Amino acid sequence: MTIATEERQKYVEVKNLKKYFKVGRHAILKAVDDVSFHIYKGETFGLVGESGCGKSTTGRTLIRLYDATEGEVLIDGVNVHRKMSRKELKELNKKVQMIFQDPYASLNPRMTVKDIIAEGIDIHNLAKSKKERDEKVYELLETVGLNRDHANRFPHEFSGGQRQRIGIARALAVDPEFIICDEPISALDVSIQAQVVNLLEKLQRERGLTYLFIAHDLSMVKHISDRVGVMYLGSMTEVAESDELYDNPLHPYTQALLSAIPVPDPDYERSRERIILEGDVPSPVNPPSGCRFRTRCPFATEVCAQVTPRWTEQRKDHWVACHLYDDEYKGNFNR
Amino acid sequence: MAISRTDITQDMFEPAVIDVSVQEKIERKSISYWGDAFRRLRQNKAAMVSAVIILFIVIMALIGPLMNKWGIDDQKLTRSNLPPRISALSNIHWLPFDGQENGVDVYKERGIKTDFWFGADKLGRDLWTRTWKGTQISLFIAVVAAAGDLIIGVAYGGISAYFGGQVDNIMQRIVEVLTGIPNLVLIILLIIILEPGITAIILAIAMTGWLGMSRLIRGEVFKLKSMEYVLAARTLGASHSRIITKHMVPNTLSIIIIHTMFSIPGAIFFEAFLSFIGLGIRAPQASLGVLINEGYRMLSLHPYQALFPGLIISLLLICFNIFGDGLRDALDPKLRQ
Amino acid sequence: MENILEIKDLHVSFDTYGGEVQAVRGVNLQLKKGEALAIVGESGSGKSVTSKSIMQLLPKPAGRIKSGEILFEGRDLTKFSEKQMQKIRGSEISMIFQDPMTSLNPTMTIGKQIMEGLRKHQNMSKHDALQRAIELLDLVGIPNPEERVKQYPHQFSGGMRQRVVIAIALACNPKVLIADEPTTALDVTIQAQILDLMRDLQNKMDTSIILITHDLGVVANMAQRVAVMYGGRIVETGTVDEIFYKPKHPYTWGLLSSMPKLHSKNSELLAIPGTPPDLANPPKGCPFAPRCPHAMKVCTEFMPEFTQASDTQQVACWLQDERAPKVEPPETIGVGGAGR
Repeated sequence: MTIATEERQKYVEVKNLKKYFKVGRHAILKAVDDVSFHIYKGETFGLVGESGCGKSTTGRTLIRLYDATEGEVLIDGVNVHRKMSRKELKELNKKVQMIFQDPYASLNPRMTVKDIIAEGIDIHNLAKSKKERDEKVYELLETVGLNRDHANRFPHEFSGGQRQRIGIARALAVDPEFIICDEPISALDVSIQAQVVNLLEKLQRERGLTYLFIAHDLSMVKHISDRVGVMYLGSMTEVAESDELYDNPLHPYTQALLSAIPVPDPDYERSRERIILEGDVPSPVNPPSGCRFRTRCPFATEVCAQVTPRWTEQRKDHWVACHLYDDEYKGNFNR
Repeated sequence: MAISRTDITQDMFEPAVIDVSVQEKIERKSISYWGDAFRRLRQNKAAMVSAVIILFIVIMALIGPLMNKWGIDDQKLTRSNLPPRISALSNIHWLPFDGQENGVDVYKERGIKTDFWFGADKLGRDLWTRTWKGTQISLFIAVVAAAGDLIIGVAYGGISAYFGGQVDNIMQRIVEVLTGIPNLVLIILLIIILEPGITAIILAIAMTGWLGMSRLIRGEVFKLKSMEYVLAARTLGASHSRIITKHMVPNTLSIIIIHTMFSIPGAIFFEAFLSFIGLGIRAPQASLGVLINEGYRMLSLHPYQALFPGLIISLLLICFNIFGDGLRDALDPKLRQ
Repeated sequence: MENILEIKDLHVSFDTYGGEVQAVRGVNLQLKKGEALAIVGESGSGKSVTSKSIMQLLPKPAGRIKSGEILFEGRDLTKFSEKQMQKIRGSEISMIFQDPMTSLNPTMTIGKQIMEGLRKHQNMSKHDALQRAIELLDLVGIPNPEERVKQYPHQFSGGMRQRVVIAIALACNPKVLIADEPTTALDVTIQAQILDLMRDLQNKMDTSIILITHDLGVVANMAQRVAVMYGGRIVETGTVDEIFYKPKHPYTWGLLSSMPKLHSKNSELLAIPGTPPDLANPPKGCPFAPRCPHAMKVCTEFMPEFTQASDTQQVACWLQDERAPKVEPPETIGVGGAGR
């Protein structure tokens, strides 16, 4: 469902976000280094990258689980990282929720499913009586495809897929507008992943939710997202609409990433030309100067080590940070 | 291709009615973590036997002194160093209850009609009463000291880990300094400052014992802080107290219980040791340590005086340790499928 | 081409405090010389247990092979003593595991770990073994092998470690390599490197490979033949083209339709409802029946037997019986995943 871009409301705006961690005495881990993007209301923004790229950290910084080192995050116009009163914080907690990756660690093993789901209801006093609380929990269980009588059971009695659904019910209990999904299906079996993804899409349609979908599985991200951002070693390399990104990948990293995914189609696999990247991902504690991808990029030249690439719009709503496309520097390459 | 089985008829190829909601049903009965742990504990025979023995000793400690008319301080020199006698068992000579010593029936010799089940010490005090009263006191000291070190240890370690950062740094430096001071020196100093007695010993044990617990709790809380369900609670807007009471405490409870179960025998032994070296309970009060000390002095002449307190303290230590082991196995299900 | 490895009616169970869990319930497999066979399934399907049984690496005393034969070059491995198995492991049949972080001993140098097998199985001298280790590191694409052979695992990245693990496994030129989810823990770009490497080595050294995975993309990339497992049983086997373009079992249809297609437009994901069976209480008939949209009464009562759909394709499904109604696979199957 595409609405004209000019009319769409920017629900989440991330501006020059930085999150650094101190490791050891002197080193700094630049997990998120000057990342900017926005998410429109009602859409799913996919955030993709390999391990260590900073996508999870970005998600957690957005929801204030981490404090930002620098930069701004605006959710529905509100600056998330400024000083807030308790009341304002609580409002924020109701608006923005999160679903986590590990179905085995995301539920308190000592609590019943009912108490787990109702935690948000309890904290924000959304139910006036025990009966109302129970009713809300049953309703949520049914919404995510589980039974009422699951309410009195404990997490260890459920499978991974069912636990993820309990986690989704917990997030829905406070009636949020924006849900950050931090690798919600990575730990699940293939056939269960489809169940959870279908559930998330259904909920989005019914409730007008906005999602930030963080994952490393590109095929699934393409399926569920309207727009996708690709991260590498703490920076955003490319952002475009889902189909556009896959049809016309501009950044060499995106091209390599797409090329690396094995596709369940033997003919295609036999005939495809693969771009195989050399070497390993460098350490985020000492990232390469200039463009971080240059150590593995087949097109890198000296300018890539000297100047950090600028964020430019190449096609409609398709942004990329690479000197290959930057009018000022693209003469350096013979392509 | 038809499979040649006569029991499969054509009508079996009709669609089956599969109730999708049944798929999500959980067949097994619901068991909570504690119920499951208790079941596992019950299956551990050694732990169950130990628990029964501990229970028996505790009950005897409470009712033992009331079972005969003697108090802990009734002295009568005619009863000095009287060997134990239980009339019903007095003919079984390999048991120590025949009232004889070196072949001589001491009761007959001194004309004593009543049985002294554990005998009497050199001042003629009834050892049955003294032993059980002593057990009472030893247990009391151990439990209160363990409780004290639990409260201090959990609070200290928990706060240190929960708030982390500078708070943790400072609190841990203090712990490091305290760990460096030898326990015994600290306790002797404390006892010299306060009057030796029950209060002094409890304070002394509690003040040095909490370090182990705090280290344990700190480790657990650090681990729990980054668990996703705690992060989820934070994103839901849970307050600090809610996170601690609902999420941290229940998940550390098993560790706390196990550690306490092991610190009790430690406290019993330590008290006995202090009393044995003379820094403990003062006469005429008795504790297991005091009794062993007194009995030790008579060991070559009247071994029975050390036998019973020694037996009881050994049983207590062994059984608490076995039970603690069993608890640890029950509460720590690494074999969970 | 003869079968280098053959598994006949294998039954493996685990004794847990909750009862007997029947992890593998009657599996038949053949591996031909020089081919790559993929065993595909989700968690609980029994694929890992099957592979560990071949190597007799099941956790004892809980795991045991209840019945069945595992014939390696005609010899039944289930009857081998531990000593005989030790001679086979690493030299004739090798195995690599999922997690490169824990597959290597952190206290031994890489060189020493590669040399271990060489010295034990091939009685090489220290000098010769070291040379061979350096050759192997070069073969698996590790730069500066002479220096890196003296380094420790923590000095290597995840992808590099997996290469080292492959080098160790291939050191003695085994006839069969069992790879249990070798790339699941790796990033996608590293995965591509490793799969390339494995295919390359397979061609060079003519090793037969059993590849265990849940990722159908990896299967399409590496395998020549595929066996699909569910609920402790094999439900379908065939060549890789047959399984992807002409699958016959509803579970295979379900797997293929529940994967998002990278190269086609956004289509609906057809999820398989429900959850895999509890193998402590396995269902009476076909293990997939409770989740199968085409389940018939006979499916819940009787276990389906294998029928030949072609020379190379076998299916265990009552839909193959001539008395069963004709069912078409979902539209998304068989047209290929790529937008060509």
